[in-house]
Amino acid sequence: AARMFLRLLSDIQWRAAHPKWRRMTSSQRGTSTTAEPHPVSLPAQAQVVICGGGIMGTSVAYHLSKMGWKDIVLLEQGRLAAGTTRFCAGIVSTARPVSVELKMAHYSNKLYQQLEQETGVQTGYMKTGSISLAQTQDRLISLKRIASSLNVMGIPCEIISPKKVLQLHPLINIHDLVGAMYVPEDALVSSANVSLALATAASRNGVQIHERTCVSHVTIQKGRVTGVETDRGRIQCEYFVNCAGQWAYELGHSGEEPVHIPLHACEHFYLLTHPLKEPLSSSLPTIVDPDGRIYIRNWQGGILSGGFEKNPKPLFTEGRNQLEIQNLQEDWDHFGPLLGALLRRMPGLEALQIMQLVNCPESFTPDMRCIMGESPTARGYFVLAGMNSAGVSYGGGAGKYLAEWIVNGYPSENVWPLDLKRFGTLQSSRTFLRHRVMEVMPLMCDLKVPRWDFQTGRQLRTSPLYDRLDAQGARWMEKHGFERVKYFVPPGSDLLDLDHSKTFYKPDWFDIVGSEVKCCKEAVCVIDMSSFTKFEISSTGDQALESLQYLFSNDLDVPVGHVVHTGMLNEKGGYENDCSIARLSKRSFFMISPTDQQVHCWTWLKNRLPDDSNLVLEDVTWKYTALNLIGPRAVDVLSELSYAPMTAEHFPSLFCKEMSVGYANGIRVMSITHTGEPGFVLYIPIEYALHVYNEVMNMGQKYGIRNAGYYALRSLRIEKFFAFWGQDLDAFTTPMECGREFQVKLDKGMEFLGQEALWEQKQNGVYKRFTMFILEDHDTDMDLWPWWGEPIFRNGRYVGKTTSSAYSYTLERHVCLGFVHHFDEKTGEELVVTTDFINQGEYEIDIAGQRFQAKAKLYPFSSLFTQRRRKDEVELSGYQRE
Amino acid sequence: FYLTPSQVNSILKANEYSFKVPEFDGKNVSSVLGFDSNQLPANAPIEDRRSAATCLQTRGMLLGVFDGHAGCACAQAVSERLFYYIAVSLLPHETLLEIENAVESGRALLPILQWHKHPNDYFSKEASKLYFNSLRTYWQELIDLNSGETTDVREALINAFKRLDNDISLEAQVGDPNSFLNYLVLRVAFSGATACVAHVDGIDLHVANTGDSRAMLGVQEEDGSWSAVNLSYDHNAQNEREVERLKMEHPKSEEKSLVKQDRLLGLLMPFRAFGDVKFKWSIELQKRVVESGPDQLNENEYTKFIPPNYYTPPYLTAEPEVIHHKLRPQDKFLVLATDGLWETMHRQDVARIVGEYLTGVHHQQPIAVGGYKVTLGQMHGLLTERRARISSVFEDQNAATHLIRHAVGNNEFGTVDHERLSKMLSLPEELARMYRDDITIIVVQFNSHVIGAY
Repeated sequence: AARMFLRLLSDIQWRAAHPKWRRMTSSQRGTSTTAEPHPVSLPAQAQVVICGGGIMGTSVAYHLSKMGWKDIVLLEQGRLAAGTTRFCAGIVSTARPVSVELKMAHYSNKLYQQLEQETGVQTGYMKTGSISLAQTQDRLISLKRIASSLNVMGIPCEIISPKKVLQLHPLINIHDLVGAMYVPEDALVSSANVSLALATAASRNGVQIHERTCVSHVTIQKGRVTGVETDRGRIQCEYFVNCAGQWAYELGHSGEEPVHIPLHACEHFYLLTHPLKEPLSSSLPTIVDPDGRIYIRNWQGGILSGGFEKNPKPLFTEGRNQLEIQNLQEDWDHFGPLLGALLRRMPGLEALQIMQLVNCPESFTPDMRCIMGESPTARGYFVLAGMNSAGVSYGGGAGKYLAEWIVNGYPSENVWPLDLKRFGTLQSSRTFLRHRVMEVMPLMCDLKVPRWDFQTGRQLRTSPLYDRLDAQGARWMEKHGFERVKYFVPPGSDLLDLDHSKTFYKPDWFDIVGSEVKCCKEAVCVIDMSSFTKFEISSTGDQALESLQYLFSNDLDVPVGHVVHTGMLNEKGGYENDCSIARLSKRSFFMISPTDQQVHCWTWLKNRLPDDSNLVLEDVTWKYTALNLIGPRAVDVLSELSYAPMTAEHFPSLFCKEMSVGYANGIRVMSITHTGEPGFVLYIPIEYALHVYNEVMNMGQKYGIRNAGYYALRSLRIEKFFAFWGQDLDAFTTPMECGREFQVKLDKGMEFLGQEALWEQKQNGVYKRFTMFILEDHDTDMDLWPWWGEPIFRNGRYVGKTTSSAYSYTLERHVCLGFVHHFDEKTGEELVVTTDFINQGEYEIDIAGQRFQAKAKLYPFSSLFTQRRRKDEVELSGYQRE
Repeated sequence: FYLTPSQVNSILKANEYSFKVPEFDGKNVSSVLGFDSNQLPANAPIEDRRSAATCLQTRGMLLGVFDGHAGCACAQAVSERLFYYIAVSLLPHETLLEIENAVESGRALLPILQWHKHPNDYFSKEASKLYFNSLRTYWQELIDLNSGETTDVREALINAFKRLDNDISLEAQVGDPNSFLNYLVLRVAFSGATACVAHVDGIDLHVANTGDSRAMLGVQEEDGSWSAVNLSYDHNAQNEREVERLKMEHPKSEEKSLVKQDRLLGLLMPFRAFGDVKFKWSIELQKRVVESGPDQLNENEYTKFIPPNYYTPPYLTAEPEVIHHKLRPQDKFLVLATDGLWETMHRQDVARIVGEYLTGVHHQQPIAVGGYKVTLGQMHGLLTERRARISSVFEDQNAATHLIRHAVGNNEFGTVDHERLSKMLSLPEELARMYRDDITIIVVQFNSHVIGAY
């Protein structure tokens, strides 16, 4: 039945359309499964081998060939577009919460629209528009937030009333709706045909396509891809692209050196019906009803409707299983709730006759974002997979970014949120993936409020203090598998409420975090920051210093014991990482960077450090527990515990020293706090962690010490205008653009990565500027809170987006950080952003469609904060992403 | 006012009990996998009792339900004592001797039974000595009678039933110097109880029944469907053979008065029972015992009342009918239940509900649209109904609880109706008995692998 069905979804005329393809005789089409000799043998070598003939593989091939690369072979184990792509519902939807995903979808839509003209292959492209329904006010807020970001991208989109919904789609029951979002340019395609069209174009550009060719594994030598073994022989290649969809994980693990691609398949069901008595128009908009967990599109006069149920059925956990594949059957009992939601939304369809319930597995990832990029362990091994059932929407854009990545070494957008290197081996456990995707799939429809956390796959990496902190009321969030404290619930508070609060407004931990912040300002707090990535680089001679001087923009040739904040920049001067580096000795350095940099930073350094056995890079993240003592009394606590003077004369800011704390010796103390507040971070060998923590808490009692969490830290750093990598900073942001020129030593006497680009910026100015906004007419109690990604308007014109925000308990105002651009009013061309441009504008921040006045600042309110420091000592660094 | 589903569940599950036969080396060599039991009161206090125990000196497992009337004293006593009588009846001569010698010399006794009890299933401490002495007298007699023959289970069951009823009668006649005990033995004798007891040993299943509780075997047919086989006969007016038996045992002159309004002498529903000495003793004996008995007994109208047309006692016996069944692999479970269940549910439904519960929901065939013409609305209706059926299964971890849920909550379509369930369970004590009877259920699950290997 499934096979017959393929035809229905994609009426392909492909024999006539692409006679050039290396494929079997035409009689092979259809149901025959007997193997015949392949007419064309595989080439012995190619520059790029792409595995997977779905929409991802063909899109990568298409874009690579467009960029001028011709020596490309695409291998498909079965038939082109026969996997998830073939079964996909074909909805191209641009309403995506993550900016880069939105851009990918927007590009895909534009690409598909002209694809038929370009290739002559019918793609079934139909601009129907889509309507996302809101059954609750909270849902409407989340739609309004998306609408705001679509509008500033120039994508038409409006929030409409239920009545308007009825005008656009006469079958909808609107009684339980509070509003909806209409995106008129969203489209429908036959995804299989889009894939075939892309393949056709690629093939015309010289890409060789071989069907029925199975990749058994990829050979890797000295950390580089050297070739591909298939059931039809070996192909030598420089680049391999894993677009194997739900088999990408297995393919990644098939070689001697595994490439971890964390994704897991779940069954996905949708329903097809016969046409209505009066067949539905093919231009009728697609309906997305997230509160009912369903989508509904018109299909051949009837409807196609599927959804994301609360109780997904993961499959292939134990790997590929032919039996399971054949047994992928309709499961009506499982589909029941979704059918109920469909009939509630369109009661008029009761009498409509069922054609089929399609079961089509989709692959999901641990954080609901797709996976692209180069393997951290094998150069030339690229991946594009894990589409979380948005493959058609992302296909075009994702293929383009990956092709750019392969050809240029980097894509044209910040794709860090999608980068394979955001994951490590720790997300590769099958059990973890199985549990996590069961949470992720329902999340596709769940309301996503600020600061939500995954509940599954938790407590994997923990600090040795975990139990102690938990017993004291810690509430946890997770980053890169590491449990971190959000805040501490004081004894007696209603815990249940706190854990279940989901709101776009003022959260109920507001006062709790407020008191933690107050304690940081007035006394001293302890925050466990053990999750940060910690590397040690040492050498027998000067290799360590020389290499680091090249890889980092600040001058690291400082006296032993000094701590330097510095960017790890790429050729364009953009931040690949933002670090604090302590010089432990002449020849060794200790490097602190954000938690999720563990894989990326390691790979970046490994790929660029000279291959010298006398230069050692070691990941010591697991060896140290980090306690951050923040506040004016931190100095008192520490000096009492160490019998050493800790005052600024003896222990200046940005200093690092090994000393004893309590009975424990060899504690690495650094006078930084990542917040701009006075204090220290203690790097404690883990076996001393509990001892030192107890000593600190006991001694600290008389100074009013208490535990604090990351929310307090975040509020402190944002009101001090500290940018965090991953949140505010990315590979497309330079130090010049965020007021950190003082961390760049252009004249340090040797060449470093990004130097040229920074010189140019220094001379010509920057095209965006990191700016701090203080919301003026925003009522903390009553108004929607900013989060991140809110559009910024200057004199009524869009100039950029916020990257993070927090309530400042000191200013008693909301603070948003974000980038201001200067678009030419007529051409839209980007112009240089000057200080005057920033200072002379009237600003507004758009929160879910409502604009709030904001005051722009380029420098923090130093006068408000008590501690005075030399300007070059001001600590401008931090590592956290929310 | 409605009970929430969780309140309903807490009522239904208050008395549930499960026992799994322990495995050795990962294998269960017993033909019994385990059992689930539960009871739901209508009377306050409940007059039903249940017992389950493993025989330690012989092989086999005993399970029984007891439905008391005119109070719970007799059912309580039978539930405590009957299995000991059965176990003793089954013991070989040497074991009896060994036990007697141990008692004689004050040594520790071999344990005879391992009880599987819910915390609410109590034993009366006060009477244990008295009960023990009666039991000891019984085994002493068995030792003296030593027939040398191997013990037949059927005989043993019949003997045990009759002997216990006899002891109950004698203890009441003799009385006890302790006034509490004296009153207790009289209450036991003047109240009554039916008993339905199963003895499982390998593939040999014996059911001994006295009264109108019932044993039913759940059989899975080759096509996967469920059918019910009765393993007991009800002893009541609906059973023609019982009516015939009564008529045979009494003069023709009493033919008309023996059974009136489907009741024995117009009074008693079950035609066989423990206790109920008012239907067993002569009028003189009854009068003597009541007059010499404690005041509470004397003041009780019921005990003083002599049944009408009472000419040729005894009219009632505790002798059970015993059915022997050789277990087959398709025999999946046994349901023992008091008449509270059978009044509300047909045995065929009981077989299906328990069968589907025990085998899980896989038994609901998956729906395939195939070539049929099905509309979205029809499919939705079908799925909703199936879901209701499944969800009621998932709520219960105990087959007996699941049966009670159906017995009390079933609507006309055979599915559990929460509203109805809630109403039935929230009835005030004094009304509950009008709408339902005490229900006691034991569901024994058999081990088809072991049975198949015999």
